[in-house]
Amino acid sequence: MLLEAKNISYRYQNGPWILKDVTLSVGEGERVGLVGPSGYGKSTLSKILAGYIKPAAGEVLLDGKELPAEGYSPIQLIYQHPEKAINPLWRMKDILHEGWVPDQCTLNAMGIEQGWLERWPAELSGGEMQRFCIARVLGPQTRFLIADEMSTMLDVITQAQIWELMIRIVEERCMGLIVVTHNEALAQKVCTRIISLPELNKL
Amino acid sequence: MANHDTAPVLDIQNLSVKFRMYDKGLRQSELQVISDINLNIKAGEIVAVAGSSGSGKSLLAHAVLGILPKNAMVSGSMKYCGTELTPAVQADLRGRDIALVPQSVSYLDPLKKVGPQVQGLYGTKEQQSQVFNRFELAEETAEKYPFQLSGGMARRILVSTAVISNAKLIIADEPTPGLNPEIAETTMKIFRDLADEGKAVMLITHDIDLAFLFADRIAVFYAGTTVEIAPVADFIRGGDALRHPYSRALWNALPQNGFKPIAGGQPYAGNLQGGCPYAARCSHCSTECTTAKTIKMQTVRGGEVRCCHAT
Ligand SMILES: Nc1ncnc2c1ncn2[C@@H]1O[C@H](COP(=O)(O)OP(=O)(O)OP(=O)(O)O)[C@@H](O)[C@H]1O
Ligand SMILES: Nc1ncnc2c1ncn2[C@@H]1O[C@H](COP(=O)(O)OP(=O)(O)O)[C@@H](O)[C@H]1O
Ligand code: SF4
Ligand SMILES: [Mg+2]
Ligand SMILES: [Mg+2]
Repeated sequence: MLLEAKNISYRYQNGPWILKDVTLSVGEGERVGLVGPSGYGKSTLSKILAGYIKPAAGEVLLDGKELPAEGYSPIQLIYQHPEKAINPLWRMKDILHEGWVPDQCTLNAMGIEQGWLERWPAELSGGEMQRFCIARVLGPQTRFLIADEMSTMLDVITQAQIWELMIRIVEERCMGLIVVTHNEALAQKVCTRIISLPELNKL
Repeated sequence: MANHDTAPVLDIQNLSVKFRMYDKGLRQSELQVISDINLNIKAGEIVAVAGSSGSGKSLLAHAVLGILPKNAMVSGSMKYCGTELTPAVQADLRGRDIALVPQSVSYLDPLKKVGPQVQGLYGTKEQQSQVFNRFELAEETAEKYPFQLSGGMARRILVSTAVISNAKLIIADEPTPGLNPEIAETTMKIFRDLADEGKAVMLITHDIDLAFLFADRIAVFYAGTTVEIAPVADFIRGGDALRHPYSRALWNALPQNGFKPIAGGQPYAGNLQGGCPYAARCSHCSTECTTAKTIKMQTVRGGEVRCCHAT
């Protein structure tokens, strides 16, 4: 499968253009690092690729076709801030089961404790919440994963564990992975290719 | 730097925190999330708090500020410049003498422009412009609402608020995620300057390689307690300079040091039953480690460690 962004341009309301004519493609089995300064537009591009926001111009294509408008999206985004990606009024188990029901094996690998499932989001630490956000996007229909600063909330041992697991899953299922990170050492270890957003952006 | 003649700015002794929880069917149970923490921070000092996610770092910060949820029960002693932090004292000092940089960006008021939020009750427009300048935030940023900011910008706004507050004790809960290395370093330099001006800084962070460059001491947390508190130089050297097996494991897991995780996870707070909480993952574990009721912090080679076999 191939995920393509073609000539994407975007700005918020009447603000300045943030993305202009951005084109990139990610194939299955690729792990692409996306780097750029803070506030540059990496998260904005991530949301466009995942279909959360519509670009002002350009298109996102999956195998040459537009993204399906409803149902479980084959392109899943792991958000920079878990606390903003989940409904604070839902229990953790309902948040986890929204898209699919992860098997016990995935939960163990993510270090998700049974006792957390009955809790409210406010009763978990930032790092614990982020593990739920990761587990819930690993459904069997996911073809491309976009990890936006996914592991900055975790201690370095858990980071290393979760990246080991992510790499295994994307390799086994031949998925594509886009990794937004400021950690150069991490990008070098995880990615097969690194692209700099400022170099793609025709602003 | 640190002034040893006066009381530490923050002095925490035997701190424990429990939550009263209600299971299904309203059975009441207690969940101990922080146990037996002893930690002080002097004027002029940055103490980095690192360690396992879910180990109680944010709760420690919230305990010092007196903003834990209502079902929390706190025991032990916390002193600010020699004064016991009772709820009334905390309410009085919060935001003025003790400032928090919260971990969650949702602490920003969604309905208020960020400029006035940063100025707060005690700051001026000039001060706000100055900090924005240092943080490479464009002047127009002051006119934006939180939802219009990128993650890294929101983070810098949160830090600016504490910098302006003029507080003597600054508790920063993960101030650097989402920042590119240059700005993350600028942020740390600002904390260093604040400490050098005589403030005390508690810096909770997973970016331990950055802490190596700017902190004076590092406290490593695991399963609700400190396992090692030592000068930063020992963490820079790593390996045998460190005292606790978990501190060494953290060091080895850094992407630049091998990116090697150890197996397993931190035990769930509800399942802790005495003995060393790290025992299940420790290659040096002996009967003594699992049968000891509690393991106390002890001084070894000029640092403190909670381990039966530390040398
Ligand atoms: N309101 C609450 N009720 C019950 N348990 C809680 C509550 N808040 C936090 N906890 C638990 O207390 C433990 C410590 O949480 P804390 O937020 O202090 O972790 P942390 O060390 O800051 O982690 P992170 O690095 O992931 O932010 C976690 O296991 C968490 O699940
Ligand atoms: N909802 C929004 N409304 C207006 N501007 C926004 C919004 N979200 C982000 N921005 C702006 O878009 C730019 C890029 O943001 P973002 O994509 O989050 O950056 P990053 O590269 O740090 O992920 C920033 O200047 C930010 O202020
Ligand atoms: S007390 Fe024992 S189990 Fe715990 S860290 Fe030390 S050697 Fe390992
Ligand atoms: Mg971002
Ligand atoms: Mg925390």
